Amino acid sequence: MAETRQFSTFYLNGLFFGVEVETVQEVLRYQEMTHVPLAPHIVQGLINLRGQIVTAIDLRRRLKLEARSDNELPMNVVVRTDDGAVSLLVDEIGDVVEISDDAFEPPPETMTGVARDLIRGVYKLSDRLLLVLDTQRSVQADGHIE
Amino acid sequence: MSENEHLDEVVQEFLVESYENLDQLDRDLVELEKDPTSSDRLASVFRTIHTIKGTCGFLAFEKLEGVAHVGENLLTRLRDGRLVLNADITSGLLAMVDAIRTMLAIIEDTAGDGDNDYPELIARLTALQGDEKEGAATTTPETTGHAPEGRTDSDRSVEAAQNESSEDEALDAATVAAMEAGFAEEPTTDDSADVPSGDATSVAPPAESSPPAPPVVEPADDQPRTPGTTMSTTSTPETVVEATPAIEQPPEPGSSARGSGPSDDADGPAAETNSAETNAPPQSSLSDTTIRVDVGLLDKLMNLVGELVLARNQILQFNATQEDTAFVATSQRLNLITTELQEGVMKTRMQPIGNIWNKFPRVVRDVAIACGKQADVEMEGRETELDKTIIEAIKDPLTHAVRNAVDHGIESPEVREAAGKPPAGRLFMRAFHEGGQVNIEISDDGAGIDPEKIKRNALEKGILSNEQLSRLADREVLNLIFSPGFSTAEKVTNVSGRGVGMDVVKTNIEKIGGTVDIQSRIGHGTTLRIKIPLTLAIIPALIVTANQERYAIPQVSLLELVRLEADQATKAVETIHGTPVYRLRGNLLPLVDLRSTLGMDAARDQDPSFESDGASKEGTAETAPAERPAVNIVVLQADDRQFGLVVEGINDTEEIVVKPLGKQLKGITSFAGATIMGDGRVALILDVVGLAQKASVVSEVRDRALTEAHDHASENQKETQTLLLFGMGETGRMAIPLSMVDRLEEFTAASVEHSANQEVVQYRGRILPLVRLSHQLGVAADRSGDEVLQVVVFSDEERSVGLVVDRILDIVEDALEIRRDVKHEGLLGSAVIQGRVTDLVDVRSVIRQAISGCRDAAEAA
Repeated sequence: MAETRQFSTFYLNGLFFGVEVETVQEVLRYQEMTHVPLAPHIVQGLINLRGQIVTAIDLRRRLKLEARSDNELPMNVVVRTDDGAVSLLVDEIGDVVEISDDAFEPPPETMTGVARDLIRGVYKLSDRLLLVLDTQRSVQADGHIE
Repeated sequence: MSENEHLDEVVQEFLVESYENLDQLDRDLVELEKDPTSSDRLASVFRTIHTIKGTCGFLAFEKLEGVAHVGENLLTRLRDGRLVLNADITSGLLAMVDAIRTMLAIIEDTAGDGDNDYPELIARLTALQGDEKEGAATTTPETTGHAPEGRTDSDRSVEAAQNESSEDEALDAATVAAMEAGFAEEPTTDDSADVPSGDATSVAPPAESSPPAPPVVEPADDQPRTPGTTMSTTSTPETVVEATPAIEQPPEPGSSARGSGPSDDADGPAAETNSAETNAPPQSSLSDTTIRVDVGLLDKLMNLVGELVLARNQILQFNATQEDTAFVATSQRLNLITTELQEGVMKTRMQPIGNIWNKFPRVVRDVAIACGKQADVEMEGRETELDKTIIEAIKDPLTHAVRNAVDHGIESPEVREAAGKPPAGRLFMRAFHEGGQVNIEISDDGAGIDPEKIKRNALEKGILSNEQLSRLADREVLNLIFSPGFSTAEKVTNVSGRGVGMDVVKTNIEKIGGTVDIQSRIGHGTTLRIKIPLTLAIIPALIVTANQERYAIPQVSLLELVRLEADQATKAVETIHGTPVYRLRGNLLPLVDLRSTLGMDAARDQDPSFESDGASKEGTAETAPAERPAVNIVVLQADDRQFGLVVEGINDTEEIVVKPLGKQLKGITSFAGATIMGDGRVALILDVVGLAQKASVVSEVRDRALTEAHDHASENQKETQTLLLFGMGETGRMAIPLSMVDRLEEFTAASVEHSANQEVVQYRGRILPLVRLSHQLGVAADRSGDEVLQVVVFSDEERSVGLVVDRILDIVEDALEIRRDVKHEGLLGSAVIQGRVTDLVDVRSVIRQAISGCRDAAEAA
């Protein structure tokens, strides 16, 4: 019997993503953000998380997906990283799902670009695919300063 | 369980105390090397090692004890004056201190004292004793006969001591007694001393039997000591120092209720020592009034106070909308208490910089020896206090800088003597508070830094091109040594020269919001100047707005605020080839727009200060659209330059809690961090130096224009200046920098009076001396008889002087290029302005001459 894992899921531009539930500190609805001039493109702003200042990274920009329309407010998935908490901005929050390791497959060879760096693999669910995001890499701004 | 915990506590205290003692030891040893006969210091060193040894004997750290023991034996000889401290011995002892430190670290990690026996170190220290014996044998005739015997005896007991697993103080006393006895040709004491040392395998009993040992030591002690420099009066109490623990300590293992741990233990002998030896430094006087607190706890307190300050700010904001007086009064009280609490908590984290400086004499000594140099360290202001986090952060950079100063700065003794300097270099460290910042200076009196050499080096390493270099002023060249990968050392030494030193210093200092500057005079030495903030946690800041976002500017960089109303702004803000400037009390202040510097949609088209049209020389020529807003200028200090930051709005000053930015934003030099405002939103804190660099304010040319235009009128500059043109004689045209001019006035000839042989007029309630430029320059003045005098008023410091000219022509802005040097006093040279040759007047020299001329005349009269 294969091990199972829990993933906290969210949606981005119609895609279904998941991060290991242990790395998620909390999930928040839209928070007001302070814009940071000169910041790397992927940084949308700073939020006040109970006195702690947390950088919010727009995963759409990070994954080079098309930009969110102005009337769509992103939600925050606050993840713990080596450099403290970072908020990932997503379109919509999904459930926590428990998946067997049997369903895992590495990303297909034909997948290229930034997604290749950030997507660790795919879980084959009955009705769709769950993309596993590498949070540690997702919060790195290096080389993506625009 | 509780037994274990208790023991842990004892070990913890032992560690803390030993670390402190070792720092003291480092210092004492270096001092001692300079003055090997200082019995106070020797006693202090001896005591420290003795305490460590005694305590670790009790705690069963055998290896540590073994090392301390040999060290102590060596020190005994030094203390008794049978051995004079030299560099070898000092190095040996310092190596021992290092070994002890390493072992303490191991104890901290593993609760055991490690596997290393340090046989080499022990052999080295033992050998150092051996050397002495031979020396003593030849120099002290009366010991020659028995010396070998004595040595074997004492050596044996030393070895025995090292091998004893359950060693205690009694053994120590016995060993010392044995060694000393060996020297004192007293076979009887030899024997009696041997007995307890042999018995020492059983723990407590010899301790009880050892008290006879000190009396034996005493007479033996005096003999070798008399020829030495220490006085016998001090030697007696020292014996007590050593003997006391022998009596005090052994019973302690038995009495399990050692409530307060080793600190009491150390206090015991120290207190005894004090009573016996009045000149010993007090060790425990502070123990009643101070407690040790975990830094983690202080950090937590600090964070809580930070949160409290934020909550307070929120309440104060809320307060403004309230009418309930009780609430308002309470929140005012909360405000006051919070402020006081904040100050109090900050104070708990303050530490004197001396805490990190203390290790520098040792560092300097080690480096100096490693490079064959001599250096003395002097310190001033070691009591200057800094936040603990800052102290920690500057520790490494300072060490780097000090090593560098000795390795690169100070020359070898031969070179120094050839240059007429004393062979030993001098390293001077100074710390002082200034304007909410701490300044630290490290100066050496070494060779200085040759800018040419740096240029060559930068060229070779490809850091800068020849062309770039030629544009740099000497001072900027010096600052190149802070570039990564730069080293001027001829060869890479063990100590420095790998090109990682100075840039690390700079980055580390800048990381905590400090600045580094270097100044050097060839042949006279180099000064490294470091400015750092007092604390990082909570700072007063000015809140400004740009593009609807708020930004905080640390108050330390703030000089003043200037507000120009819309109609005023169009005139007051001038441009030099598109670069906006504002005349602040006669000096040109470069203006930087916050929005465009931060890359926000630059507001050039709507802001009067940013006419992009560089062609408009006058700056005021363009007509201003009516809706132009007022201009808010925040005058800031970056390094030692000033600039004006143009912001949309200026809110208020507030105490802000500095929070770090995430890693993704660390690369943006324009921000120092972020804070949370009263309404809960995040605001960025501007890094003034970073901002200035981004806007290229920090460049020496600008600096000179700001500060030196004042002093040197105009000597060699080619940059744009605003000039006042006036005519002298029939066709003469002359110019004065407008920045020097205070006002233009007209006086009727009738109002001119005379005072002390000098023409004066009454002007604004004061007496204004008049200087006729025509007289001073010997130019024929064709209008001296005119009704109205055209007077240019200059003011410097308190004095004002009126310069009488023939006619005022114009005010022009021009890039000055002096074409011809005029060898006429009072003139700086000539330039072509508006297509005509114009003489530039050296106002200062003219006024000086005129005033002194009058004074001479007055005195002569």
